[in-house]
Amino acid sequence: MIEMFQPDFMQRAFLAAVLVGITAPSVGIYLVQRRQALMGDGIGHVALTGVGLGFLFQTDPIWMAVLVCVVGAIVMELVRARGNQRGDIALAMLFYGGMAGGKLLVSMSSQAGSSSLESYLWGSILTVSPGDLALIGGLAAIVIAVTVGLRRQLFAVCQDEEFARVTGLPVRVLNLLLAVMAAVTVTVAMRVVGLLLVSALMVVPVAAAQQLTRSFAATQAAAIGVGVVTALLGVGTSYQADLPSGPTIVFLAILAFALFSAIAAPLAKRRHRSAAEHGPAVCDVALPHQGPDAATGPDAPGGPAATGAPLSGETLSSRGLAQ
Amino acid sequence: MSAVISTADSDRLQPSSGEDAGPAVVSLRGAVATVGGRPVLRGVDLTVRPGEVVALLGANGSGKSTTVKTVIGSVPLAQGSLELFGRPRRKFRAWHRVGYVPQRTTAAGGVPATVREVVSTGRLPQHGLLPFRRTDRDAVDRALTSVGMLDRAGDGVANLSGGQHQRVLIARALVGRPDLLIMDEPMAGVDVDSQQVLADILRTEVERGCAVLLVLHELGPLEPLIDRAVVLRDGCVAHDGPPPRSVGQHALPGHDHVHPHADDHHHRTTPGLLT
Repeated sequence: MIEMFQPDFMQRAFLAAVLVGITAPSVGIYLVQRRQALMGDGIGHVALTGVGLGFLFQTDPIWMAVLVCVVGAIVMELVRARGNQRGDIALAMLFYGGMAGGKLLVSMSSQAGSSSLESYLWGSILTVSPGDLALIGGLAAIVIAVTVGLRRQLFAVCQDEEFARVTGLPVRVLNLLLAVMAAVTVTVAMRVVGLLLVSALMVVPVAAAQQLTRSFAATQAAAIGVGVVTALLGVGTSYQADLPSGPTIVFLAILAFALFSAIAAPLAKRRHRSAAEHGPAVCDVALPHQGPDAATGPDAPGGPAATGAPLSGETLSSRGLAQ
Repeated sequence: MSAVISTADSDRLQPSSGEDAGPAVVSLRGAVATVGGRPVLRGVDLTVRPGEVVALLGANGSGKSTTVKTVIGSVPLAQGSLELFGRPRRKFRAWHRVGYVPQRTTAAGGVPATVREVVSTGRLPQHGLLPFRRTDRDAVDRALTSVGMLDRAGDGVANLSGGQHQRVLIARALVGRPDLLIMDEPMAGVDVDSQQVLADILRTEVERGCAVLLVLHELGPLEPLIDRAVVLRDGCVAHDGPPPRSVGQHALPGHDHVHPHADDHHHRTTPGLLT
């Protein structure tokens, strides 16, 4: 088990996996909140053109992909902000144009090799070079600083854009910033899970985490946790079982989603039972001769310890029932 | 409170105190705006003075919501001018003085969020891009207390009833103690009991000296609070003056007869309905 941490390329692979496990969900949560879960997928398609340009001009494909993705994401954001009816058509053009352009450019370039394109489509974490890792690390640091540091601001913009504008926030700048962060994340994750599965790491950990959470902050933290754990486990598993890393990571994330969904319902029931603020599960329209012991109910074991103000909670919840 | 809001000449009372308190909170002049190429406002004048409660009334599609959206800047003015607190809209920066309650939608975000998190976004004019601090947290607690939702602070907004959700949106607008509260149909989809709760919350803010611009479909329990009514018809101002109390809103030009509640019994006594 220990020997898989020995080779340099494995250490780099694990580091890259951790970086992607943090960045992808921390950006993805805002896209999911805005019901743009598939935007990452669109950027991934556009990134392919960047990779193709990198091949054609024999420069670093990651840098080219960053450039093209940023342009593509800004165009998508402008289309979204204008909110016109044909927005989805415009996005479709961008997605498929990006995909087709990438393949065409790669086939035109001299170092054409379908295998090298394949490594961007599906990821090849074991071939991450020290230079790649430094670039991935730098980009990831920026993404984390923005998405975690500006959580309240970005949350407000994604939750209710009109209200955010009335608070005086620079809404347009923040929207563009988020689009650029999504683009950067796609290129960061490109080497680890591949362009075709980038979006999965932005969306699936968030979807898994929100099965168990009630607040946005907790969802973001839990999604990052799911992302890191599945990325690490995925890289380890793919080394042990000789499987491609990207699909392994994504499959593990989907397993986490299934597991969390399965335990969500019993957990929520337990939380309701321990929280006295919701009142008893059955009606508390007590008949005159019934005392207050009927109102607390037989199935509230941790009642008084769980909440700070059970009294005011009870009056308000009974008011809520009356409404 | 009674001196300001219950007398019939309350809108005569306002201008003198209003000019002492400073320029008009909202001053919209000759507003022309289009939505999707269709002209919705064709020269609307609207003034809200400090501490004044103004109701925007009118039929569906008369331009009430669009007027409010031009005031907050989400619908651009094609012609006309807008001043907020005496400053042109373009130069206006004091957003902490404005609280906005949008029309309630049932569409929730794709990620769960708690009541506290949603209300905390109302504090953004104060802390902006800086971190959220202790004083901000206290302000959120105060706003939640004032709408009676403090005990639900940790609950998800997706699980609230219509009236509770509306209270959360009001708390979000009140968190910065605004001098102007803009509300778009605050009573829509809220039952009669909750409407009374909302009216009480609003009364407290008005007593504090907050000006209110309300879009309403019917006056309802807010009637005693309202100083002035502006009625829109087809994007033009059809009436600007005291709220039509005795005759009811049926007499207003452009009013369409939609009644979610059957509590307008006094209208039954009008001759037109008896004959």
